[in-house]
Amino acid sequence: MVEPAQGGAWPRYRDDEVAEQPSVTLDAFLDQSNAGAVRLEPDDDARRLIPHLGRLSLIEIAFPKYRDGRGYSSARILREAGYIGELRAQGDVLVDQIAFMRRCGFDSFAPEGSLNPEAVERALAVYPHAYQGAADGAQAIWKLRHG
Amino acid sequence: MYKYDNYDQAMVDARVAEFRDQVKRRLAGEMTEDQFKPLRLMNGLYLQLHAYMLRVAIPYGTLDSRQMRMLAHIARKYDRDYGHFTTRQNIQYNWIKLEECGDLLEELASVEMHAIQTSGNCIRNISSDQYAGAAADEVTDPRPWAELLRQWSTFHPEFSYLPRKFKIAVIASPEDRAAMRLHDIGLELVKKDGELGARVFVGGGMGRTPMIAPEINSFVKADDLLSYIEACLRVYNRYGRRDNIYKARIKILVHEIGADAYRAQVEEEFAHVKALGIDPPLAELERIAVFFDLPEPIQSEVRHSREGGDPSPDHSIDAIVQEIDSRLRGGDDWGAFETWVKQNVKPHKAPGYAIVNISLKPIGGIPGDASSSQMEVMADLAEKYGFDELRVTHAQNIVLPHVAKRDLYTVWQALSEAGLANANLDLISDIIACPGLDYCSLANARSIPVAQKISKRFGNLDRQRDLGELKLKISGCINACGHHHAGHIGILGVDRKGVENYQLTFGGSGAQDVSIGKIIGPGFDEDGVVDAVEKATEVYTRLREGEERFIDTYRRVGLEPFKEAIYG
Repeated sequence: MVEPAQGGAWPRYRDDEVAEQPSVTLDAFLDQSNAGAVRLEPDDDARRLIPHLGRLSLIEIAFPKYRDGRGYSSARILREAGYIGELRAQGDVLVDQIAFMRRCGFDSFAPEGSLNPEAVERALAVYPHAYQGAADGAQAIWKLRHG
Repeated sequence: MYKYDNYDQAMVDARVAEFRDQVKRRLAGEMTEDQFKPLRLMNGLYLQLHAYMLRVAIPYGTLDSRQMRMLAHIARKYDRDYGHFTTRQNIQYNWIKLEECGDLLEELASVEMHAIQTSGNCIRNISSDQYAGAAADEVTDPRPWAELLRQWSTFHPEFSYLPRKFKIAVIASPEDRAAMRLHDIGLELVKKDGELGARVFVGGGMGRTPMIAPEINSFVKADDLLSYIEACLRVYNRYGRRDNIYKARIKILVHEIGADAYRAQVEEEFAHVKALGIDPPLAELERIAVFFDLPEPIQSEVRHSREGGDPSPDHSIDAIVQEIDSRLRGGDDWGAFETWVKQNVKPHKAPGYAIVNISLKPIGGIPGDASSSQMEVMADLAEKYGFDELRVTHAQNIVLPHVAKRDLYTVWQALSEAGLANANLDLISDIIACPGLDYCSLANARSIPVAQKISKRFGNLDRQRDLGELKLKISGCINACGHHHAGHIGILGVDRKGVENYQLTFGGSGAQDVSIGKIIGPGFDEDGVVDAVEKATEVYTRLREGEERFIDTYRRVGLEPFKEAIYG
């Protein structure tokens, strides 16, 4: 994990270069086939991106309010469809949501407020296991039990 | 009963540590109340009128004596020596100090208990039939399925910021003792061609827009269940309304788009989710089910009676009374004991056993409250005479599910001494009531005093028993925590220009004859509503035919005769 680059996202759990181009709205993306970064609002249907995932390097999912959990489903849908590019949670992202977001497939964060690095690390280390499968590859507890 | 393994314990311990840290940051001012709120709510901690209220989960209402003693200890050490059992089969404490929460949760964790997801917009405690494992009419014990769902829903990363709270109930009997179809998801376990699976109902609920859940699937196989429920939740998380808190429950989504459209979306999502491999193998359900096996002496009796020892056991209460030691019949207390057996004891699937209901509804008391010492008495009785099991019911009572018939008298005596032998199960004084304006920051009116007045008005047990089954439920606001929509008689407290006013509804039911009550007319003040209830019971006794219950008579004759007597 590195300190935020100018205009970049932090924390970020990827080794590749940060996408240079600004993200466009879903409608703009679907009209303009050369964009490599797109931004989904909570009410955008993530499935509309599925035919185009191969040429996207960044999908930004907006959280205007942390209480609005639609973006968690959008993230999982994209990962389940095989998207391997950067998946960024942007907006009202708080330290106590980071662990769930990681499990849903987010690998970078652009919170409006700043996050305390120590608190982020602590939050990610709280739970030793997970009860259910999600997008992060963690083995569900039932899998650990039954080998 | 389910026992935690190292994984389960590690998860609960981690939660305690996490919440301790969150409380510390809140107390240090590193977090605003607004930021802290969703975190404490996922730990069952509410800020009420006078203090913090903590709701402790009792998964599917099942607990053992050690856990009940811990609940008593918590009440004594951290609260004012009592707790309140809720309609979600949980317990809540009304006078909790934020700075003591970490210690309290740590004590709970030491007996495999927690407050995880007892509030907040997430999947709440899974509720079930309080007679599970003991009921003669069940196709299987629903609790292993409920435990499977508990684990799947715990810290679910995708469904922790849903549009609104989400409640799931699981039953396995044709008789519905858990208000199953008034849940966001209701599951009824059924057998099809020898295989167990679930009928799935989605979109029920009470609140300001009561709805009965329509059937979305008539049979989901055990090893598809989690995928199917995950699909149900994902459709809701994506499309449930978030613009208006009062329209955010799944019932509104299902109602607005229609059950068929919702079903189609779920099927589509299920086809996708099923491929992810999130369903545990049946071996996991079997692993869990072993914990719920009946105690050996009961099992061998069930086997014996099935194998032709008694081809058609008489499960009636009269049969139970007949079997009780005849030497007791001469005693001064025989009458009171016999009445209690007839009212509060229910037949068990094993011939030598019975189900004991402990009513937490003394005349003039607060429905669902129990003192620390009462909790300890119940724990002792469970340990000595009940194979160490207790249940909490959605009607705010306690059950000892496996008591040998020969011990009934001893158990009754001990309950009597503790003020717990109220023989009023399912009678008019067995009232469900929310905490109301005495505690709750959402309430518009008080519920408890109304419950107390009605209970006193009908204090005479013979009169109550003559009225028979009459489910009366009181909510202090439109959120309907007191289940008034499902009451044969329901009372809803509202605020009318600064004055508490009570509306009366008739005809609701949370059982297998599920229905939503209808408002009968203009509201009343506190004493007026008690009078109106009394008048309604008089109309019933005048018009009833045969064995009709209040609700049967009401359904047959309609509202008019009642309205005439009350408003006439």
